[in-house]
Amino acid sequence: MKKNFLILFLIILIPINAFALIEVDITRGNLNPLPLAVSPLSIDNKSKKSFEKILKKENIGSEISTIVENNLKTSGLFNPLSKEAFLQAPDIANLKPRFEDWNLIKAQALITGKVTYVDEKLRVEFRLWDVLVAKEMMALAFTTVPSNWRRVGHIISDKVYERLTGEKGYFDTRIIYVAEEGPKTQRKKRLAIMDQDGANNKFLTLGNELVLTPRFNPTSQMVTYLSYFKNLPRVYLLDIETGTQEVVGDFPGMTFAPRFSPDGKKIIMSFAKDGKSDIYTMDLENRLVEKITNHPSIDTSPSYSPNGKFIAFNSDRSGYQQIYIMKSDGTDVKRISFGNGIYGTPVWSPRGDLIAFTKLHKGKFYIGVMRTNGKGERLLTENYYQEAPSWSPNGRVLIFYRETKTNAKGEGFSAKLWSIDLTGYNERLVETETDASDPSWSSLLSN
Amino acid sequence: MILSKILKNGFLILAACLVLTACATKKEVAAPDVSGQMQGDTYTGTDTVNYLADGVPDRVFFATNESILTTASRETLRAQAAWLRKNSNINVVLEGHADERGTREYNLALGERRANSAKDYLMTYGISSDRISVLSYGKERPVDAGSTPLAWSKNRRSVTVKAN
Repeated sequence: MKKNFLILFLIILIPINAFALIEVDITRGNLNPLPLAVSPLSIDNKSKKSFEKILKKENIGSEISTIVENNLKTSGLFNPLSKEAFLQAPDIANLKPRFEDWNLIKAQALITGKVTYVDEKLRVEFRLWDVLVAKEMMALAFTTVPSNWRRVGHIISDKVYERLTGEKGYFDTRIIYVAEEGPKTQRKKRLAIMDQDGANNKFLTLGNELVLTPRFNPTSQMVTYLSYFKNLPRVYLLDIETGTQEVVGDFPGMTFAPRFSPDGKKIIMSFAKDGKSDIYTMDLENRLVEKITNHPSIDTSPSYSPNGKFIAFNSDRSGYQQIYIMKSDGTDVKRISFGNGIYGTPVWSPRGDLIAFTKLHKGKFYIGVMRTNGKGERLLTENYYQEAPSWSPNGRVLIFYRETKTNAKGEGFSAKLWSIDLTGYNERLVETETDASDPSWSSLLSN
Repeated sequence: MILSKILKNGFLILAACLVLTACATKKEVAAPDVSGQMQGDTYTGTDTVNYLADGVPDRVFFATNESILTTASRETLRAQAAWLRKNSNINVVLEGHADERGTREYNLALGERRANSAKDYLMTYGISSDRISVLSYGKERPVDAGSTPLAWSKNRRSVTVKAN
């Protein structure tokens, strides 16, 4: 199942006494990102030539350190310093950094490492140093197939992030989304998948039919989404590795708004019939379908709590779209959104404590979060149109999509992915090859 | 420990948000119509309308968030019902749509509700449900790419399309 992830294994090189060293506080908008130096991974000439041949990369050591640098920078918590200021050569730095040199350029942390080609494998070791107290904080080595080199960069980033913030990272992850092209009135939409940093983009469908709202299962091997195949909007299941697709359930009408349960065993979705939409689950093993809500209103956008005991959903039973939660068997329905405006797309945080949502108020769209009892509403970003937040696996970042207003002639439409920290800081455009919408963030691929 | 920090910061930002959102009203107010093609915020023009037959418009329009048929819509649907009774071999698909100012999933449901509202009316005028199927496009297929109240009003629609 996770076969290609298992190729990658970790060896801890040196146990290090844990001192209270550098620590980065990620609970506030970080206006002073930690200055750190990512020294290019050193590489011997023989390995360099081998990788040049296999991967068509001139210096794989620098390439991997660039990935680490970009990831750390994008997080908004770190400020990777310009390599031009580095005084020490990569190979020497990895053996024993001259801390006063790194101190001089104001680096508080230093990442060094070494790449070698061993038995047709890529071996990377890296070390994280605290410059101020002149200590090694972490040392790890990885061995994997050479084609996994980008993932090595992401895993190093995750390890550094975790060591310095105390929380799991989110760099060795992927985003599934809908790639959009063409005029607004006849949009062509395809499922696409890419690494969290935009690399390795791949289209999963051809664009012959409209596809919407893809979402990963917990292991990030399967995707559930809506397809208009044969002009029948239905929830589908796609195995990313094999490309196998199947329709979910046998409903006499439109099924939509699918998501997996946290154990991956069920799909929860809406089924629309006769002008009302209710929430259903289907067990993927025994194919049993269960009706969860039964109300003449529109009930949609269901999202499980991480422990699987509750479901947040969107309903207009009060007259307007609002957010509700209920037990997973459909009992104990409670409205939780009571602020001004209308609320949609509730998504439960992987930490369990917050629900992210889209809000429309006075003609503006907001992405926000509230606690699961509806208290503590915080709006993170305001725009002409934006919706569909999806959580990073560590619950620190949200990715969503934003659409532009067209001009008087109906021109100038675009849809793009954006990310923002839970703090409301560090809003960033996520670059994609085409226009993009409906992003869904995978779990951490290596754990 | 970290959690309590999050909460503390959360409250600070919350306070700022409360200031921002204070004194707001719940219902979105429709902009005054300057085109003469809307009543309230329901489209009354003929720009985008096609005809199934002479005097039989193919579509009806809805107010924001609504699926209630207006007087004009009911008139259109009665004309469609009469035409369908005369052409008993023709089946139709009712395609329900929403404007771009709503979340994707809710709009899929809203499109379905609008198309069903039209279907119910055709059925009361004697058209068998076997001849009518319903398909929602949500906000995926606007006829007008504009970002104006008039464009949105054209997009909030149920279109009757010949299925055979």
